[in-house]
Amino acid sequence: MSVRPTILVGGRVLDPDTGHDDIADVVIDRQGRIKEVGPNLAAQADTKWLRIDTSGKWVMPGLVDIHVHLREPGHEYKETIETGSRSAVAGGFTTIACMANTRPVNDTGSVTRFMVERAKACGLARVLPIAALSKGLKGESLAEIGDMIDEGAVAISDDGMPVMDAHLMRRGLEYSRIFGVPVSVHEEDSCLAHRGCMNEGATSTRLGLPGIPNASEDVMVARDILLAELTGGHVHVAHISTAGSVRLVREAQARGLHVTAEAAPHHFMLTDEAVGDYDTNAKMAPPLRAAEDRDAILRGLVDGTICAIATDHAPHPAQDKDVEFELAANGIVGLETAWGLTIQRVNEGVFDLMHAIRLLTSGPSECFGLETGTLRVGRPADITIVDPSGEQPVIPAELWSRSHNTPFGGWTLPTRIDRTLFGGRSVYVWDGERGQIGGDTASTRRR
Amino acid sequence: MNASTDEHFRSKDLLGLRFLSTGEITHILDVAEQFRGLNLRAIKKVPTLRGKSVVHLFLEPSTRTRTSFDIAAKRLSADTFSISGSGSSTSKGETLVDTARNLAAMHPDIIVVRHRRAGGALMLSQALPGTCVINAGDGACEHPTQGLLDLLTIRRALGGFRGRVVTIVGDILHSRVARSNVWGLLKVGAAVRVCGPPTLIPPGLKELGVEVHHDLQEAIAGADVIMALRIQQERIPRGGHFFPTLREYSRLYGLNRDKLRNWARKDVVIMHPGPVNRGVELEPEVVDGDWSVILDQVENGVAVRMASMYLVLGGERAAAREGRG
Repeated sequence: MSVRPTILVGGRVLDPDTGHDDIADVVIDRQGRIKEVGPNLAAQADTKWLRIDTSGKWVMPGLVDIHVHLREPGHEYKETIETGSRSAVAGGFTTIACMANTRPVNDTGSVTRFMVERAKACGLARVLPIAALSKGLKGESLAEIGDMIDEGAVAISDDGMPVMDAHLMRRGLEYSRIFGVPVSVHEEDSCLAHRGCMNEGATSTRLGLPGIPNASEDVMVARDILLAELTGGHVHVAHISTAGSVRLVREAQARGLHVTAEAAPHHFMLTDEAVGDYDTNAKMAPPLRAAEDRDAILRGLVDGTICAIATDHAPHPAQDKDVEFELAANGIVGLETAWGLTIQRVNEGVFDLMHAIRLLTSGPSECFGLETGTLRVGRPADITIVDPSGEQPVIPAELWSRSHNTPFGGWTLPTRIDRTLFGGRSVYVWDGERGQIGGDTASTRRR
Repeated sequence: MNASTDEHFRSKDLLGLRFLSTGEITHILDVAEQFRGLNLRAIKKVPTLRGKSVVHLFLEPSTRTRTSFDIAAKRLSADTFSISGSGSSTSKGETLVDTARNLAAMHPDIIVVRHRRAGGALMLSQALPGTCVINAGDGACEHPTQGLLDLLTIRRALGGFRGRVVTIVGDILHSRVARSNVWGLLKVGAAVRVCGPPTLIPPGLKELGVEVHHDLQEAIAGADVIMALRIQQERIPRGGHFFPTLREYSRLYGLNRDKLRNWARKDVVIMHPGPVNRGVELEPEVVDGDWSVILDQVENGVAVRMASMYLVLGGERAAAREGRG
């Protein structure tokens, strides 16, 4: 499958991995890989090449999200691999790692293969399945992790279901060393969380809702750090939400343990006050926490304790959200707002721009051992082009995701995704008025 | 803030005391006071809400609150309709909002709702812009008419709120009655103490200006009112580990004659939202003793609910219009 050789001309290339922050051209070869990055390459361009003017734009590695839920197979009414991929590329993401809590659960090689093949057929983004740690996510016995890795799984996780059995977690971590992949852990002691449905604090008291204490996360992070030490496995803390866990991870890293962490935009943008009067779009697991926790996560992202921003993109349609708060499904969609929210923090002076890009590209990529998230020569030409002078109003009904559950509706986020290339092909293009999936060869138009 | 505009009740709903201004609370109590007189007459019915229909949507079991609302509505000459949790369409999988919309399509004037989940009443009111919603208790969030009848009872017993100390004893964590009372009492200027085991005290109360105690003796010393809350075993989630046994709870936080004589003011007033677990929160002699205003609370409940229905329907505005016309 060859692509038309392409040259991106005159953009500001921003790539933390190669250290580029300069005006440069990017040449993409027939195999859809990066051939050259450097100044004034346009002169050598063949007339048959596709020439894309990127002057005034930012040219970056395609963004990498190591934590999404695509819902297929089994929950296609919430999202599919195709709609989730559209949402991803519209949000600038070209690599997405999808969790195993589908139906059937991704706990066998055949389910992994199905996901990989579906994603290939869609051809929009690199969809990398994450293998279940335990059969059926039941936390009772190990799933056939080797089969799933062979079919293309890149990590192991029971995300959504905390692994309460410490012995199973120990064995999972030991077993993961065969394959050298991380075990992404959803840290929530379900006994301590009890029946909680939001952060325990003044807001839960005001609303009369059962709360979840920070300790429910912290004790599990502490446990798994000790298990990382015991086993030599790679513990990756998914969607870190408390100041205590950030501190524990920082200490573990200082001791040389293989412990990493990711944070979701909602956890570094919002606090539990966003629940307001029972807004179910502010309900997720782990819950939105206090301001001290949000600030600790920001510090952890700045100092590198947390190596990745990951969305925990969790699509749920209205029928799963427009119910009593305690009964509402957990999670929000995140792929189309993550970039803009991160840049908002850059504009506020919290993150340096290059560092913010690192957190969305090489940070997660290195954490999961992926080849993308960089503009190195020879790597896939997964490239995101941003218009820094644009802006993006968040209109839930107009999101590309099949579901519209976002607490950021009505926000206007800085900058706009101008174009997304996947393997050298434009898969998303902003045409000046609207986004188009399929880019230059658009076959699928927006609803 | 303009005090005069504050003294009228403007909302179409009564969802919680958290949403009311001090003036609105006082006004509801004043109107309830008038209806109280009516309830003592031989003929207790007035035509105020004639032609209006009130739906009692009780999605959680209730006897006294429901009866109290029903009596209140009938004394105002409204037509009442009752729907209960079992046997309603919610047990067939219909969502709360759909149930509400279906009811609203039949054009009732007021829906009185009790719901097992916090936020249930607010959800209904948002789904039904054209119908008055009165919250008869939603999960652990609020029970505004209970809060108001407690305030009315305290005002009648003490003459006012300023400088008075009210101690609420028991399961604050799971109690909507406690929350409504805390919001209401703070707004009308009373000092509020809560007392119970740390397992049953939610976080963030001190920041609201509430004194938190775990020692009953300290909590009731000098208090003008002690409000004992029912230990609602049906509301306490299993495996919560909140206290070892009712016996021990009662020994630590139950009120009896000795504790009252030794630790409390002589003229202390004892309240309880009912139904009482005799011998758990209160010793029988305390329930039936001179301290107790528990039956006054029940009596005031009817008046407060009459006032609530009258006011959400804009009774005064309507009366004023008719007077002018």
